[in-house]
Amino acid sequence: MNDTLLWLIPTLPFAGFLVNGTLGRKFPRALVATVALVATLIPALIVLKLWIFMKSAGAPEQFSLTGAPWISISGFQVNFAFAIDHLTLVMLGVVTGVGFLIHVYSVGYMAEEEGFWRFFAYLNLFMFFMSVLVLASSFLLLFVGWEGVGLASYLLIGFYFRRDSAANAGKKAFIVNRIGDFGFLLAMFLLIWHFGSLDFASVFGQVNAAPGLTGGFLTAICLLLFVGAVGKSAQIPLYIWLPDAMEGPTPVSALIHAATMVTAGVYMVARCHVLFDRSPSALAVVAIIGCATALFAATIGCVQHDIKRVLAYSTVSQLGYMFLGCGVAAYSAGIFHLMTHAFFKALLFLAAGSVIHALRGEQDMRVMGGLRKRIPITFWTMTAAVFAISGIPPFAGFFSKDEILYRTFMRGGALGYTLWAIGVLTAGITSFYMFRLWFKTFFGEPRFDEASLAQGHDAHATHEEELAPVHAHRETHAVMLAEPEEPEHDKGQVAHPHGVHESPWVMTLPLIILGVLSVIGGWVGISSALGGHNEFDRFLEPVFAGVNGVATVTEASRGLELGLAGISVLVALLGVFVAYVLYYRKPGTAASLAQRFRGLYSLLDHKYWVDEIYGRLIVSPILMLSRVVLGGLVDGVIVQGTAATLAGSTRGLGWLARRMQSGNIRSYAGWLALGAAAVIAIVLFVFVHPAHATVTITR
Amino acid sequence: MVSITYYLILAAILFSIGVCAFLIKRNVITIFMSIELMLNAVNLTFIAFAHMWHRIDGQIFVFFVMVVAAAEAAVGLAIIIALFRVRQTLNVDQVNLMKD
Repeated sequence: MNDTLLWLIPTLPFAGFLVNGTLGRKFPRALVATVALVATLIPALIVLKLWIFMKSAGAPEQFSLTGAPWISISGFQVNFAFAIDHLTLVMLGVVTGVGFLIHVYSVGYMAEEEGFWRFFAYLNLFMFFMSVLVLASSFLLLFVGWEGVGLASYLLIGFYFRRDSAANAGKKAFIVNRIGDFGFLLAMFLLIWHFGSLDFASVFGQVNAAPGLTGGFLTAICLLLFVGAVGKSAQIPLYIWLPDAMEGPTPVSALIHAATMVTAGVYMVARCHVLFDRSPSALAVVAIIGCATALFAATIGCVQHDIKRVLAYSTVSQLGYMFLGCGVAAYSAGIFHLMTHAFFKALLFLAAGSVIHALRGEQDMRVMGGLRKRIPITFWTMTAAVFAISGIPPFAGFFSKDEILYRTFMRGGALGYTLWAIGVLTAGITSFYMFRLWFKTFFGEPRFDEASLAQGHDAHATHEEELAPVHAHRETHAVMLAEPEEPEHDKGQVAHPHGVHESPWVMTLPLIILGVLSVIGGWVGISSALGGHNEFDRFLEPVFAGVNGVATVTEASRGLELGLAGISVLVALLGVFVAYVLYYRKPGTAASLAQRFRGLYSLLDHKYWVDEIYGRLIVSPILMLSRVVLGGLVDGVIVQGTAATLAGSTRGLGWLARRMQSGNIRSYAGWLALGAAAVIAIVLFVFVHPAHATVTITR
Repeated sequence: MVSITYYLILAAILFSIGVCAFLIKRNVITIFMSIELMLNAVNLTFIAFAHMWHRIDGQIFVFFVMVVAAAEAAVGLAIIIALFRVRQTLNVDQVNLMKD
């Protein structure tokens, strides 16, 4: 494999960012889009070539590229170096492949938005940092990518920066991520302290060479690394930024906040599996946090009305599954779910974006409905994604989720069984809220106001239900009136020439590709119990070698796995059934249930009051501290006081001195005479000794 | 032979008169004269000391001072005339354009 080609993977998007970021303002939109697409397509093709190369027999399990030295201090050295193994390859495939599709989609989605060039410049910047993150061969370079994607995420969440909620969401994401980054940094300091290196190969080599190295120290490192992962991958207790991040444009939600960036934490844990394997307690923490997050976010997702927020909570929940997989040392299962999730969640977001596009910025599911016939491509692709995420065979999500659940069960012990039970329960809730979304969006009577949509007016104005809170969350789409309509749609909808419409092909094409991937993407990892060959596991085996690997299949384990898979499918179907009854057969039931269990509903509706609790417990004390101690005492008294005293005394002296500068020439002369007299007096009485003076004169 | 002390006391008195006149008087010509007075008081001390030490350089200095004083008087008087032409006054308290 040619090294130069590999260097192109991160540098091309960066070049795209530079070109679009500096000159894009002057470019026509087509040129901006071309630059951005080429800068992502070529890396995707290179990754494809790399994939074929790595699959071929005799390929090295890992190869590295070393660039210039970066930091070199007394034996401690960090290089600009990349390393590519099978894990990196999977991540690269997801990042560049899904990334490119989302770029294509964005060309259509953002066509009418202002700041088109800015959007694509940021997207390319994100692709650059994300490639650096997954390619990095040391913790420090990974951290560079880690921070960089955080920056790109911040910029893109706040893309509609004129809207306060978007700007605030960007800040929230950035600040919450800082907490996690703090943990990551501490972990790196510990690594330097103990291993004297941040290089993956060196650190992991040293750990492998020291079988006795276990216990508190490694647990501390792992837990601190996991704090970083918790921040980036939106797990309890730092998940709060991700739902708010939906303020960004929908393709951003799909790319950054579903498919790639938020999975960086999972990738990092899998990358550091050598460390985690040595610390069972850290692994248990990972599994528990992941599982708890999965359940917690899924329950919130059940009552959200904003279509993107449902998906956001489901992302948090699915990320929890991935951590659960990593936590039971089934890293390849976690990565497998990461990959399938990237397909179907990106698709869900893009399809949701297509729905929003069709309804001109409407995101509230309460005013959707009946869209099945109106936007058929969106409907069918979204259907594939909904089935995939719900874990219904043979869609992609089933295989990966089932693998995680099976491995959780196999972990054994009270913890393993409890986690498994919660995981299965969560699977049921997942399919419930996803089908709730599906039914509410595509079935039933249309609840939107077509006439006002056609005029581009605010669809909400005449609506009867309690819609107050959602108004804030609409994209500026609603305001964009002039949208080029495709003629063929006009023929079908003569009565409403500007009403609900299917998206243009640049948007539907990525949907279709991702739809196909959502269906077949899981087939690469069908476990042997289900008649497959665990291909995905084997592919990643070089990376996770030494981990208790692919379990040997016996008749008993095959039966167990099949049974467990059956249970989770049944629970998922139950969830589908409940959603079907509540939102399709008897649409009123949900509301009356919500009325009946008012307390529970309110708890979920307010997301367990977590934002409010954090606000009270953390944000307001810090604000108080800032205002009173830092603002009042430190800034007001010490800093300003010092400055004011200095300034005041200078001014006072100046006032005194100014009185001498009267402008009266004779007073100047007077001062001069006085000064001269004073100098003479000093010389006479201090420097010249009186006795000596007398002698001189009398001589 | 007169003691040097008398010369010095005389010079000090003359110098002090010059200083006081310089500070008190408003007429620019009087101020000018008081400057001359101070210069000559200094000259007197130069001569006295030169005489006391039997050295010639003190007397040479006096000549220099006189030459410079003459030059200064020429320039100063020219300035005073120019000033009078513009301001029609010789009162220094009314010549304070730079102050305001």
